[in-house]
Amino acid sequence: MFGYVLITLIALSLAGFVLGRQRALAAVSGTAANLHSLPNYHGYFIAAWVGVPALVLVLVWLLFQGSVIDVLLMRSLPADKIAGLSQSELALLISEVKSVAGGAIFGTPAAHVVEAAERYNAWQSIARWAMAAAAIALALVAMLIARARIAKDFRARQGVEHVMDGLMIFCSAIAILTTLGIVTSLAIEAYRFFQLVSPLQFFFGLNWEPQIAIRADQVTAGGAFGAIPVYVGTLLIAFIAMAVATPIGLLSAIYLTEYASPKVRAVVKPLLEILAGIPTVVYGFFAVLVVAPAMRNFGQAIGFDIAPNSALAAGGVMGIMLIPFISSLSDDAIAAVPQSLRDGSYGLGATKSETIISVLLPAALPGIMGGILLAVSRAIGETMIVVMAAGIIASLTLNPFEPVTTVTVQIVTLLIGDTEFDNPKTLAAFALGLVLFLVTLCLNVIALRIVQKYREQYD
Amino acid sequence: MNDATGSVNAGIPLSAEEMSKIAPGLAHDIKIKSSDVEVHYGDKQALFDVNLDIPANQVIALIGPSGCGKSTYMRCLNRMNDTIDIARVTGTIEIDGVDIYQKKIDVVELRARVGMVFQKPNPFPKSIFENVAYGPKIHGLAASKSDMEEIVVESLTKAGLFDEVKDRLEAPGTGLSGGQQQRLCIARAIATKPEVILMDEPCSALDPIATAKIEELIDELKQNYTIVIVTHSMQQAARVSQMTAFFHLGYLVEVGETDQIFTNPQDKRTQDYITGRFG
Repeated sequence: MFGYVLITLIALSLAGFVLGRQRALAAVSGTAANLHSLPNYHGYFIAAWVGVPALVLVLVWLLFQGSVIDVLLMRSLPADKIAGLSQSELALLISEVKSVAGGAIFGTPAAHVVEAAERYNAWQSIARWAMAAAAIALALVAMLIARARIAKDFRARQGVEHVMDGLMIFCSAIAILTTLGIVTSLAIEAYRFFQLVSPLQFFFGLNWEPQIAIRADQVTAGGAFGAIPVYVGTLLIAFIAMAVATPIGLLSAIYLTEYASPKVRAVVKPLLEILAGIPTVVYGFFAVLVVAPAMRNFGQAIGFDIAPNSALAAGGVMGIMLIPFISSLSDDAIAAVPQSLRDGSYGLGATKSETIISVLLPAALPGIMGGILLAVSRAIGETMIVVMAAGIIASLTLNPFEPVTTVTVQIVTLLIGDTEFDNPKTLAAFALGLVLFLVTLCLNVIALRIVQKYREQYD
Repeated sequence: MNDATGSVNAGIPLSAEEMSKIAPGLAHDIKIKSSDVEVHYGDKQALFDVNLDIPANQVIALIGPSGCGKSTYMRCLNRMNDTIDIARVTGTIEIDGVDIYQKKIDVVELRARVGMVFQKPNPFPKSIFENVAYGPKIHGLAASKSDMEEIVVESLTKAGLFDEVKDRLEAPGTGLSGGQQQRLCIARAIATKPEVILMDEPCSALDPIATAKIEELIDELKQNYTIVIVTHSMQQAARVSQMTAFFHLGYLVEVGETDQIFTNPQDKRTQDYITGRFG
């Protein structure tokens, strides 16, 4: 039904466009130059009047239809059948009614359920038709109102500009509201977690063993939610990754912009950017199957014990993955430094490397910082490589040859298998996620600050 | 010059020493001597057979229509063309009798001796102080911090900028006005203690007041430096220079004292250009 309504509304809008154009042209007997706004603007104006309010009505209607019908359905159930039912049992009953209404019948449902299902179906279809009728009626009324306003001096262009304004604001609002929604849900679940586990334990505890029993018969660890080892592990792996990616990325960017001949550049740059196209799961098994065993063998050869899922293997491979982020953005930033600055430096007798270090890098710093911080955010949030290559046991260590775990790995393991939303094991994932989000947010804020500071100085 | 015939052959030009004996007020030592200079950019030849002697402690203006090779010639004098991969320079250029294109010449040292000021002011994204200190730092000219301060203050003073910026030496050089930026670039060039300063249309991006200041400065600087200036403004050439060289289509058409070039040009093309008939 929604699809048909949508198509009808689009058709009405198109009709409104044609109507607006014709009416505007008719108002000046065919001489478009006499109009305040071009005929097309009058068309867009009516089309927007027809389409937008009706569409908003449909969306709002769909948003509330379900819950309104649920309330009605609940009220209509015989009082003796729902007396004494808890909230969740009531929800179960409602969903039973809905599945019966949808034709999915298991066993013989009770008579009152079947009756309710029939009512539900009837209301659903009434609601659908009512929505279609209301939307189309609104569109037609809007068309009439808008059409009446078309005249020679009518400022349709300004009207259309307002609509465009609204469209832009709507689009950015979607992004912002989604972020707000995610943060709110994270915050609420994290709050529930902190009611079960003290924040002191979470933020300052040194022991992370979240696999507690969900069912009575499970054999599990005792349950400890000290998140410090997890965050230390995350930072250790991110640090190793950045220690690999930053110098390699930056130096290859410098090579590509300042030293490479155009031919070499044309080949090397795309090759480097292929790295960004490799799926992280491929990096993951590369780390597990190639890098980690090689490191372990090397360690054995020199009599040194390296764990098979060491932080070094995961972080090193992640670093390789991050190279194109840094090299590509730094490359653009360095190439954007005006030639006149290079000339100025060479003209004073500076060598190429002196010019790069003292003039080009400072001038390109905002772009380079942007690349590095983007890479840091990726390193902290990266999941697949560490799920495959890093450890699961949270050990508090800064030794890169030992296994550590990361926030993302823990979130994945916490949400796999039995989950229950009144259990600290599951809720811990939200607390971890919230803190991770706050950390990356702070990083981004710091990054913006740094970039702004140097912008002021270097533009 | 050949000893056996030099003194008797009147056709051979006099050396600078001999010149100064005959006409002391007029003659200056030859600072830069270019012979048969040709420049190719890839397959395209940009400069043909330029022979030009530039006297010391004078201002020589290079004029000519766009693309005539005057900037190309100037960029040969501090080997800035080396930074362009496809550029090839032939012929010889001698500064104080030393061929600057021979292998053992270090361009780093050469560019310290031959400073350059560009068309658009291009201060580095650093503080005013660091902009001026850049050259002395890379050439190791200052033994101590106080030495460096002295060099910076002296250079800024010579460039006529010190009084305007003395309270904000730590402010970014890019925050100055266009004219101040260009004087900062001149101070930066002076700081390496060059003998020659090359200026590539130094006033083309400036307003008339800033231009007047730079021209005044050029006039003062010529006491200590040999100055080569490329300009599109005939009036500017007439105002600031003692010698003028006219380039056209890659050839050096005519060179002489500025008064003579502007009042009594020998070549038809020079006359057409300075009277505004083409270019």
